Amino acid sequence: MSTTNYIDMNDMKLQLKIWRQKSADQKGYFETYTVHASEHMSFLEMLDVLNEQLIQERKEPVVFEHDCREGICGACSMVINGQPHGPNGGTTTCQLHMRSFRSGDTITIEPFRAKGFPILKDLAVDRSSFDRIIQSGGYISVNTGQAPDGNSLPIEKGVASKAFDAAACIGCGACVAACPNGSAMLFTSAKVSHLGLLPQGEVEHANRVQSMVAQMDKEGFGMCSNTGACEAECPKEISIENIARLNRNYMASMFSTDK
Amino acid sequence: MWITNFLTSSIGRKLIMSLTGLFLILFLTVHLAGNLQLLWNDGGESFNSYAYMMTHNPLIKLIAYGNYFFILLHAFVGILLYFQNKGAKGTKYAVSTNASASWSSKNMALLGTLILAFILLHMGDFWLKMKMGEGWINEVDSIALGHPVKDLYEKVNYSFSQLWIVIVYLVGLGVLALHLSHGFASAFQTLGLNHKKYTPMIKMLGKIYSILIPAGFAIIPLYVYFFK
Repeated sequence: MSTTNYIDMNDMKLQLKIWRQKSADQKGYFETYTVHASEHMSFLEMLDVLNEQLIQERKEPVVFEHDCREGICGACSMVINGQPHGPNGGTTTCQLHMRSFRSGDTITIEPFRAKGFPILKDLAVDRSSFDRIIQSGGYISVNTGQAPDGNSLPIEKGVASKAFDAAACIGCGACVAACPNGSAMLFTSAKVSHLGLLPQGEVEHANRVQSMVAQMDKEGFGMCSNTGACEAECPKEISIENIARLNRNYMASMFSTDK
Repeated sequence: MWITNFLTSSIGRKLIMSLTGLFLILFLTVHLAGNLQLLWNDGGESFNSYAYMMTHNPLIKLIAYGNYFFILLHAFVGILLYFQNKGAKGTKYAVSTNASASWSSKNMALLGTLILAFILLHMGDFWLKMKMGEGWINEVDSIALGHPVKDLYEKVNYSFSQLWIVIVYLVGLGVLALHLSHGFASAFQTLGLNHKKYTPMIKMLGKIYSILIPAGFAIIPLYVYFFK
């Protein structure tokens, strides 16, 4: 006679308090669900389990954004227990695992909140304002050709590192979500820095800084009051050193461009 | 006009806050240096002569008007930023973010409004009475200047002999300390000055300044109330 050792993988029982909102113009509300999950699941997999459950109950699944699920696309926007991308530092929601929670926990899940990010449905927000900031100048106009041979274009190590650190920004919008002012300064400053610090991007730098700041203001984002909340919540740990760079480059651009 | 576009942009408005804030930080230092003469045991001779000079020297009067303007500008733009930022945030989270942002940094507008209220009270008590004609503050002969001057020293001693005024001043200075604890370092970040070499020093200096200056001011009412 053989015995089957049955191990229940979904041994965590969680209460989820999730923001439900049918559309941008309708009022939202919190709905509470119970879900069983495994500590090995990612946060998004846990939400998948909830949605499977809701579909089986013929209820409407919770809308949330996700794409690569490997921490590099910036799609999985949500505020978990008051923190964008949840409690772990330097982590996106998809890389957050249920082992960071305890069975019996109540988890509150809300959409990113800012005027620049209007809610589309449930946890999904419209972040096309970021696209428009990029379109206003976050590019290099000329063809810079093939990838140059290593060291054919000397760039000092410190500068290259700073540009690379800024380029780590995945444009997820956690900075805006964390900021008490709904400011997009960390995002804009990271984009300006990663382009402007390198020789290919330096040419258009002053004009780029002006256009991107103008678009950022136009989108209705708030003003930076140096609380540092963005830096603390950024899944890519972008430093507010970039915001200082944007500030001084913007001021300098006022005296160097013809606009 | 490029200059109005610049100053009304998000960064331009913050620049106004930073520069006026730094000016007011300098002003506080000078103000405290002058006030410490209240502790001299000379019956008010040095403080009253100093107060006469501060209210009669044309250059200092010019700077004083600049100072009033910068206080009002700092308050006006600050309140404007508060409402615009509140609008840009929209709905608040049900669960509040426990990020590393300090309480002061998130409540600068509240702290600033309290300071403004304190300044109005403070100016009503001393500045306005100093500016009024006779009858508000007695005159006393200044040995150094050789003519009678207003006895602001006596007026300050009288005010600080009242417990409620001492308490209001101490509360006001506590609020100022919190405002400075974020404002000092923040002003440099807004100016675009952030580097791992000197930013820790600026932050440390800001913390020291935000304790030392209000503490220096607090000595005066406490000394008057308890030892005079």
